[in-house]
Amino acid sequence: MNTMTQPDPFMLNQWYPIASLQEILPGQPRATKLFGQRISYERNVAGALQVSDGSRALPVLEQYGCLWTSLGEPDELFDVPEYAEPDRRNVNAGSVGVQVSAQRGIENFLDMGHFPYVHTGILGALPHTEVKEYNVEMIRDGREIIATECLFYQPMASTVSTSGADVEYIYRVPHPTCSVLYKSSPMDEKRLDAIALFGQPTGEETFRGHMVLSILDDVNTDDFISYFQLHIFGQDKPILENQMPKRLPLDPRAETPIRADKTSIMYRRWLTGHGVTYGTIPAAA
Amino acid sequence: MIKLYDFDLSGNCYKVRLLLGILGLEFERKNVDFFPGFKHRAAEFLAVNPLGQLPVLEDGDLSLRDSHAILVYLASKYDGSGRWYPTGDAALLGEIQQWLSLAEGLTATASAARLAEGMDFDFDAEAARKGAYRLFDVLDEHLWFREREGSDWICAPAHPTIADLACFPYVMLSEEGGVSREDYPAIRRWTDRVKRIPGFSVMPGIFPAQLGS
Repeated sequence: MNTMTQPDPFMLNQWYPIASLQEILPGQPRATKLFGQRISYERNVAGALQVSDGSRALPVLEQYGCLWTSLGEPDELFDVPEYAEPDRRNVNAGSVGVQVSAQRGIENFLDMGHFPYVHTGILGALPHTEVKEYNVEMIRDGREIIATECLFYQPMASTVSTSGADVEYIYRVPHPTCSVLYKSSPMDEKRLDAIALFGQPTGEETFRGHMVLSILDDVNTDDFISYFQLHIFGQDKPILENQMPKRLPLDPRAETPIRADKTSIMYRRWLTGHGVTYGTIPAAA
Repeated sequence: MIKLYDFDLSGNCYKVRLLLGILGLEFERKNVDFFPGFKHRAAEFLAVNPLGQLPVLEDGDLSLRDSHAILVYLASKYDGSGRWYPTGDAALLGEIQQWLSLAEGLTATASAARLAEGMDFDFDAEAARKGAYRLFDVLDEHLWFREREGSDWICAPAHPTIADLACFPYVMLSEEGGVSREDYPAIRRWTDRVKRIPGFSVMPGIFPAQLGS
């Protein structure tokens, strides 16, 4: 594995999360990786965040409870308007290192078909395995993928669930390694909980998943909300890390999709359209 | 009721939950946010265990830290069959202790690699993996010979002991730290047998013998 492969322009010129803001203590410098490159960051005693790749200062953005930076020239970060709603619980549930490409991580995040098998008793249950027909489209001039009308039977959809229910999902992919899912809130039928997976590609075949929740829950502690999310992600981890190849193949013939994989098909096509090579196996020209 | 200071993703907490489940004991789980909150280093938990290590078990007036101490206690007190920790068999107790010590080694190696890769702990993952493979070599060879002798388990001939439960979690979670079990067929067969022990329970990262069950 060559962790120092250069990223393609589309991947390079994005914002990436590198830490959860709550973990950064003033005057305590820390280091991480982006595209195999060592990145250091620090909140100085005056309270300002500084990020550096060792030779130059990198751009800094504090958003969604994370510190974001870039090795390229990024546009504005995508909007998650729910995060600003005053009655929501915004929780950074943890940043977890995974030994597979970030795009594999995002694809798994978009998949409902694995719920009954991998998240048995929580996000799915046998024999309720059917992924019903749903809708996928590009929006914002092709800058974002959205999947709607996704319905799935879930025994314990969230921290405040008391019984099983058909749960509605919406998935957004506004960034090559970030996705936000929305699901019906057990607390308020008119509103949706938002759960985000922000992927930091530490290498081509490794990433850190920063999990950020913006949910309606006036019952549970932050610790428990984090526990619930880490429990789910902990179940995904061995599945993800056993995927071969570790980079996401973009050739439509490389891995045979089924109807339930519509979002994934669109995601792979979208990555191909933007010329993404980093973390993927591009289709032969 | 028995109270367990617990973190869901900890293999050392899981081995205690495993035995509690197998023995059919009810217990209360007190979640300590080891990650990402590092609450095991907070004053509230240090008052429970000054070493800042999980798990801790409370049963009546007794407070016990150290997962293996807890396994010894629970099996001695609550296992009516006397098979999980056979207190009357000196040789067997010695053997069990020997493998509990190897399980400590797994915490220092396979688990350390997992914390370094998954939770960004400042450990030398490469050195930890090397150490884990040395222990896997010993365990795999031992299990292979046990199978030849007609035994399914690490120590006792006919029944698993707490040594099996102590070694199981960080063997089963090893891939998260980049430690492959591919070259250890006897270990893989043994982990499948552990998953079929009546009362077996899972944790995130460990699947049941039959998916979806």
